[in-house]
Amino acid sequence: MQMTAEEKDTNKVAAPGGASREIFLPPERERVKDGGRPHVSAKNFSIFYGDFEAVKKVNADILSKYVTAIIGPSGCGKSTFLRAINRMNDLIPSCYTTGTLMFDGEDVYGRYTDEVQLRKKIGMVLQKPNPFPKSIFDNIAYGPRLHGVKDKKMLEEVVEKSLRKAALWDEVKDRLDRNALGLSGGQQQRLCVARTLAVEPEILLLDEPTSALDPKATAKIEDLIEELRGSYTILIVTHNMQQASRVSDYTMFYYEGDLVEYAPTKQLFTNPRDQVTEDYITGRFS
Amino acid sequence: MDLGTRKILDRSFTAVGVTSILLMATALLVVIVPIFTGGIGAIFFKGTIEHRKLQYNEFGKGDLDVLQRQIVETDSYREKVFRMLEAFEVEMELMEPDERSAYSPKYKKVRDLLSHLFGPLPGEMEPILLRYQYGVTRWDEAEESLHKLMFVTKWDYSNPDEMAKPYFVPRSEEFEGTALAGLFPYMESNLENMLLPEQTFYWGFITERSLDAHIFGGIWAEIQGTFFLAVGAMLFAFPLGVIAAIYFTEYAKDNFFTSILRSANSTLAGVPSIVFGLFGLAFFINTVKVSESKSVLAGSLTLAIMILPTIIRAAEEAILAVPKTYKEASLGLGSTKWRTIMTVILPAALPGIITGGIISLGRAAGETAPIIFTAAVSVGATIGLADVFSSPTPALSWNIYNLASEHEAANEIRHVQYGMVLALISIVLLLNLSAILLRARISKKLKG
Repeated sequence: MQMTAEEKDTNKVAAPGGASREIFLPPERERVKDGGRPHVSAKNFSIFYGDFEAVKKVNADILSKYVTAIIGPSGCGKSTFLRAINRMNDLIPSCYTTGTLMFDGEDVYGRYTDEVQLRKKIGMVLQKPNPFPKSIFDNIAYGPRLHGVKDKKMLEEVVEKSLRKAALWDEVKDRLDRNALGLSGGQQQRLCVARTLAVEPEILLLDEPTSALDPKATAKIEDLIEELRGSYTILIVTHNMQQASRVSDYTMFYYEGDLVEYAPTKQLFTNPRDQVTEDYITGRFS
Repeated sequence: MDLGTRKILDRSFTAVGVTSILLMATALLVVIVPIFTGGIGAIFFKGTIEHRKLQYNEFGKGDLDVLQRQIVETDSYREKVFRMLEAFEVEMELMEPDERSAYSPKYKKVRDLLSHLFGPLPGEMEPILLRYQYGVTRWDEAEESLHKLMFVTKWDYSNPDEMAKPYFVPRSEEFEGTALAGLFPYMESNLENMLLPEQTFYWGFITERSLDAHIFGGIWAEIQGTFFLAVGAMLFAFPLGVIAAIYFTEYAKDNFFTSILRSANSTLAGVPSIVFGLFGLAFFINTVKVSESKSVLAGSLTLAIMILPTIIRAAEEAILAVPKTYKEASLGLGSTKWRTIMTVILPAALPGIITGGIISLGRAAGETAPIIFTAAVSVGATIGLADVFSSPTPALSWNIYNLASEHEAANEIRHVQYGMVLALISIVLLLNLSAILLRARISKKLKG
């Protein structure tokens, strides 16, 4: 992608905290409304498993309402970074972080941060569909119930709205009381997205959401991401570079714990600055 | 190793495995079959008129008209026996003193055997103990008694290298030429008329209390006691065990303290049950004084301590088997840890937790040693629910031991002992079966 010098200037967002790399907004026609402010900001942010530094001193801003893809070879720290945003790494006893990670101006790892409140605003969908062994309705209603919605009517509304957003409503509207484990893999994954949306989060973290699905189900999930773009800040970890180039506005490339390159997707895939990035996206290693 | 050798090894291992399983199955059959047949014999048997008299007098069961008619019928046959006895007594009066004293013990033996068959003979005082107030209630026992009456058992000591062998001499020889000589053939041919055996289905064996230390009656008090003890133990152990398992799996950090707790728990699971019994006596009764002396409460607490490690282990494993992704999903939706445990982890772990619980319940029902010092008595009345804090109770496991070893009439009431064993085995099997069914049901519900 070629940008004129003028375009570059107007679209440039000052990377806060002296981030080492410049971030550009996409051209006008691809921009989303009210988007583009730094939603999650990492500053010298490192993640350790015991002595092992899995993510090394990352400086980056993730822009609101855009889709950001995280790519990189296995073990490069991309999932670790994603799971650090909603503090899912807390479940691993040996894991700790240094540096700061800010979410909407709030320190994610601050001493007084309530991770439960935080996770309400940061939804997550994992690699393998993981619906609860409950009915479809109860799966979606789990989050709202958790946060105090008791009224049956309201719950029904939330369930329908969330399922519609996840493009699953038409397929399951007649069997909401059936066990969610009876759905197909792709349906289960969209159910997980709907379950997350029911809590009305600001960010969606998708950790390789299609790697356990067949191509047809994958296409549906990708359509869904396209649908949700502009309403939520979406971060998607993926192994599939075509997928990253199809669905994302920005792409981060991790290699051995380093954030090697972070740029608009088109630019990263057509004109990478870094040799390692180029080697990776051209398939010289994976 | 070449292919041929490998195949031979595989085959021989299969053979060894199958053989050992067959051996075990045979051993199990050898144990189970007599228990089953013996235990069924306590409920299905040929009951004599004496059984029906007892049932009517003590439990108010049976048809009085039929019973009276049968009593008249049997008494008419018994009357002849009593006449012969009277005639012999008159004959004894006329004997020389030497001769009379020679006959006297033999005659007494005959009277004893007859009163065992028919209950107190005419002219005797009404005995105080219930067991002497009725004759034999079971036809198989009556036949044994008849054999004792017909023959005198003598021992052959002729070969000093071997154990003495018994041999039987007809008792009628002892009374040759007296008025009693006619008694023996008469008894042999008319015993059925005098006792009227009928095929009996004695359901009361399970639902009725025992009379005169299990000589008559059923085993309801024991069944109920076992039930109270086992359920009481569960009431204490199950909640505590599940809470401990949640702590171990979800809250405990990996440090020295928790590793000590864990190994203490494993060690506790291997402690012999008699030690728990002594502990229960020393701690619950003598130190804490939950009751004056033995009580259902003390026994339940002791059993609870004994099964606690098993419940903790089972619940821990069930919780660990819940996919981690459930937990991540729930936490990711902004749920607290506690809420996640209650709404996602415990429901998914429920089949395993319940299975562990019910198997422990079966173990609590079957254990003897922990309740010897804390709860069990050999003969006792059925207790009410309000008495569990103060009264001891009879229980199946302890009474099986008691009837087999310490009961004064152990040999005559084998059927009661077998009946108890069968009842206990059935209870434990039923519990395990319900565990399997419940587990299948919940798993099916979870899988959808």
